[in-house]
Amino acid sequence: METLIQQIINGLVLGSVYALVALGYTMVYGILGLINFAHGEVVMVGALVALATVKALAALGLPAAVQLPIGLAVAMIACMALGAAIERIAYRPLRNAPRLAPLITAIGVSIVIQYTVVLISGRSYHAYPELLSTRSFDLYGARISPAQIAVILISTAAMAVLLWIVHRTRLGRAMRATAENPEVARLMGVNVDRVISLTFVIGSAMAAVAGVLVSINYSVAHYQMGFVLGLKAFTAAVLGGIGNLAGAMVGGLLLGLIEALGAGYIGDLTGGVFGSNYRDVFAFLVLVLVLIFRPSGLLGERVAERA
Amino acid sequence: MSVPHLWQRLRNEAVTTSRIHRPLLLVGCTLLIALPFLVGLGFGPAWVRVLDFVLLYILLALGLNIVVGFAGLLDLGYVAFFGVGAYVYALLASPHLTSHFPAIAALFPAGLHGPLWLLLPLGALVAGVFGILLGAPTLRLRGDYLAIVTLGFGEIIRIFLNNLYQPVNITNGAQGITQIDGLRVGPLALDRGLDLFGLRFSSLHLHYYLFLALAMLVVFISLRLQDSRIGRAWVAIREDEIAAKACGINTRNVKLAAFAMGASFGGIAGGLFAGFQEFVSPESFQLIDSIMILCMVVLGGMGHVPGVILGAVLLTVLPELFRFGAGPAQQWLFGRVVVEPEALRMLLFGLTLVVVMLLRPAGLWPEPRHRRELAQ
Repeated sequence: METLIQQIINGLVLGSVYALVALGYTMVYGILGLINFAHGEVVMVGALVALATVKALAALGLPAAVQLPIGLAVAMIACMALGAAIERIAYRPLRNAPRLAPLITAIGVSIVIQYTVVLISGRSYHAYPELLSTRSFDLYGARISPAQIAVILISTAAMAVLLWIVHRTRLGRAMRATAENPEVARLMGVNVDRVISLTFVIGSAMAAVAGVLVSINYSVAHYQMGFVLGLKAFTAAVLGGIGNLAGAMVGGLLLGLIEALGAGYIGDLTGGVFGSNYRDVFAFLVLVLVLIFRPSGLLGERVAERA
Repeated sequence: MSVPHLWQRLRNEAVTTSRIHRPLLLVGCTLLIALPFLVGLGFGPAWVRVLDFVLLYILLALGLNIVVGFAGLLDLGYVAFFGVGAYVYALLASPHLTSHFPAIAALFPAGLHGPLWLLLPLGALVAGVFGILLGAPTLRLRGDYLAIVTLGFGEIIRIFLNNLYQPVNITNGAQGITQIDGLRVGPLALDRGLDLFGLRFSSLHLHYYLFLALAMLVVFISLRLQDSRIGRAWVAIREDEIAAKACGINTRNVKLAAFAMGASFGGIAGGLFAGFQEFVSPESFQLIDSIMILCMVVLGGMGHVPGVILGAVLLTVLPELFRFGAGPAQQWLFGRVVVEPEALRMLLFGLTLVVVMLLRPAGLWPEPRHRRELAQ
């Protein structure tokens, strides 16, 4: 029983990070129909910028309670600029190009970002300072750390803000209109270029939050951390139905839970033949199964077949 | 078309082709045969090795081109088939299985040493079956959903290769399989080299000729497939799946054929790779490798065989150029190595991808038909 609760907690923590990153993928996909392959790198840059800021603040002697919010804010601003730059340089010129061209520039940008980071801060793993207390709380026999609570709270807040933006503001309406039909949105007076750019900016801000949270939770940051995280988040977005905000959140949480429970129980279920190192197999198998029965994801609308 | 007519047409084609192309063809062939010697003399044996890898990547890129370029199915897990082919060769031509399974050792007292002519087709076959295994559940998926499932498939295969060493040791896990037999063609062991007509053919040269022969074969198959009935069906599906279906194309079988075909090319390349390296490990079959092969196809010009070859050559040679150049260039410019050469190399590579795609969105050498469509 303790294991079950523990794995559910771990899964929810992992899943909220996936959901945050998945939202960035799904927003861009909803509007441009494009996989933003460089999104995982934005997560990584967010984590490292926050780390650098926190270190600088610590050197100034500021208390930990101030370091985290400022570090997070700086990371968000840096990532917003980075997201806008990626869109401007790698995607906007190719908006009417063959479908795979932006995929290749995205891969190129992703490599460039990774190795620029290597040139600046090296290949080593960076230890994250303890910004939150490490004393865990007891929850029906399972343990939950302040970092894990922070991950769940902050990511929930970030998602709430995002939903508010998309459903309650003028910008959100413009985003939904552009996703629906860019040409008509343009005719209605929406500045489509600006909306697309802002979509990247918002998605990147979420990515920065995710990067900081995941690094706090695991106490480590690394130049390749964005790759696998981005991959999982993209899987989550597809699982939920790409282009659908609620789908990204559901997909993220579900993927997190599947991984945690899979890792926790796969050994017992198979009599020790398969260990927790098959965790990712589990995640991808569920994805394949879901897509066989629901080809456009859990919450995805049936895409109208082109006539 | 009746047989005499077909014969006549083939003869006419042969005559016209030879009239126009014979001198060109002759020069080209001589150049291809002499290339490893020229490269070896000019740049050293390390570059002959690069040349071998260029040919392997041409095989891979042409295989992926069938799936992505011809049939328009975005596959992000292609390297899995390369891995399957490599492990088929590795397992059936190394002491690994016999030393871990007494039953197999009893069956083959002299050890498992599968011959090339058996293992390459077998690798192609097994990879093709895996291609169908991947293709069958994904037939209904479109575009990017397919991409993520293929990606997951590639990861699943890699994770299995990495972990299938317990409870029974099949793949030897992350340590990989060692002591694989080198490639032999008949009595000729390619890794020993050969002295002929007073010329020394090193192991790298001999591998080059074997790979060249197979690459030529695959180029030929690709070109013939493109204009065949099934090739036109692939293009029809790529352009509009529903219209293709309405025209009476059995889209299910045709898509599966694309997956199987592409995968089997990958399997052949995998077998060659295992025999060439005499060592395989899951590390060689990661997602980044799939992405690299996809970059070759797209950057060169999807669906256009010469373009894809160009893409494979460029993306194999460029990183090596950067590798050899990144350190010395800094020495020359600043008098010392300012930044880590390996990181600089990857940085330049990424920049190349971005710049080339921005300047030529349809690829460096796109299919003429595509170019016409874009111009409209």
